[in-house]
Amino acid sequence: MKEIYYDNSATTKVDPRVLQEMLPFFQENFGNPNSAHSSGQSALSAIDDAREKIANYLSCETQEIIFTSGATESNNLAIQGIINSLLQTQDNLHIITSKIEHPSVLEVFKTISKKEGIEAGFVEVDSAGVVKLEKLKELIQPNTVLISIMYANNEVGSIQPIREISEIIKVERDRRGEKGLPIYFHVDAVQAFNYLPCQVNWLGVDFLSFSGHKIFGPKGIGGLFAKRGIKFEPLAFGGHQEYSLRPGTLNVPGIVGLGKAVELVADEQEKNIQKIKKIKSKIAGELEKFENVRFNGKGEFQLPNIINVSFQNAEGESILMLLDMDGVAVSTGSACSSGSLEPSHVLTAMGVQPKWAHGSIRISLGKDNTEVEVNTFIKSLTVAIKKLREMAP
Amino acid sequence: MQYSKKLLEYFKNPHNQGKIKDADAVGEAGNIKCGDIMKIYIKVKKNQAGEEIIDDIKFETLGCAAAIAASSSLTDLAKGKTLDSAMKITKQDIVEELGGVPLIKQHCSILAQNALKKAIENYLLVSEKAR
Ligand code: FES
Repeated sequence: MKEIYYDNSATTKVDPRVLQEMLPFFQENFGNPNSAHSSGQSALSAIDDAREKIANYLSCETQEIIFTSGATESNNLAIQGIINSLLQTQDNLHIITSKIEHPSVLEVFKTISKKEGIEAGFVEVDSAGVVKLEKLKELIQPNTVLISIMYANNEVGSIQPIREISEIIKVERDRRGEKGLPIYFHVDAVQAFNYLPCQVNWLGVDFLSFSGHKIFGPKGIGGLFAKRGIKFEPLAFGGHQEYSLRPGTLNVPGIVGLGKAVELVADEQEKNIQKIKKIKSKIAGELEKFENVRFNGKGEFQLPNIINVSFQNAEGESILMLLDMDGVAVSTGSACSSGSLEPSHVLTAMGVQPKWAHGSIRISLGKDNTEVEVNTFIKSLTVAIKKLREMAP
Repeated sequence: MQYSKKLLEYFKNPHNQGKIKDADAVGEAGNIKCGDIMKIYIKVKKNQAGEEIIDDIKFETLGCAAAIAASSSLTDLAKGKTLDSAMKITKQDIVEELGGVPLIKQHCSILAQNALKKAIENYLLVSEKAR
């Protein structure tokens, strides 16, 4: 049985070319980049190389990249770092995010807004899962210091109007003047990184998080773009690595792998997007033929690799399990799979009724998927849906 | 979270799935928060000792793999039992039959137990009235 992997938004397979680049840094060049001897220096030059590749892709300076353990840490570092820095001189701070963020942003907001002197606002999205700009404008207060909005959503793939948001922020910044309270823009670009332009100046962002394992690189490595000159506090204290903002010996093989993965994204983006778009439209066309089906967040504001679809009268986790028995990997936003027994917060924020959220699955494609797989998948899915619907009251 | 082999087998090939058209009683249980529904159909007859037993039982379930497997094992457990002893089937009995159920999925077994209880209660209500 050939496996069909449709869960690339959860994680991706390491590209063999990435692995090849990483291997020498486990045993041959195992040095610590902070050491002055040649073993250390050869590791350092590999780090510099990776940093350069990433800076190229983001169109930023190499000093603006901080390596972390992944996007959860990057998001925490940006958000907590800014707040902890501003709290040294200010109180009563206001921060804004959206209702559909990844938990690594949402939970940080919920936790820090319990602190004295910090208030958080959560902006609504429309039925396609796109932030409502008018609502965002209304939420901005004179003491709003940070807005954190994801570039594209991980469950439904909705693309957020990052440039429009940065325009809104610029207007507010100008209004406050140079001596006024700062207002920063953080973007979690994890899901968008493969497919959307990420030049930080063009986007108009101050912080941008990304992750290795979502772009066919290794797990446990990620990064944060932090615009030069913005003060923020580290989460941990220790050595001088990464300008003391992220102390700890650098994960050399991980960073080398991340650098290569980013280089491949940059080089092969167009080709991959074309290929994935074709597969996506083939799958969507087949899904439309099902009865009692609806798409969550379909349309032009969606990543090329994500389809989120709901089937009435079939539960998502059961669909997932039946597909898995046929070697197809997908994910679901059903309450049954959530642990909290609540349906996906993203679908709920989009106004998707619980009965539809209950039967939702996410198909997230990657560059290794093929058109040939589609037929096998649709066959398995047809059998699964029929079986579950027959079983339902 | 990991499902046992036995649970997955029950999920893949559930026993006693479907409707009983001329059922003597039906019981329904659900979890509104989750969106799950479970329906149990029973057919009752008297055994040689004159006790009422569950002659036939079927289920219809909209829910997760654990809920479907629990429906299946519950119906297996209840078939042929007197109403009294069927009433006494517990969540624990179902969980054991399934070779263990992940902690966050235990409520799905309670769902099955409740649906059967409701069916038996409905049966008793109706037969009471008929008397
Ligand atoms: S039926 Fe929803 S968790 Fe089992």
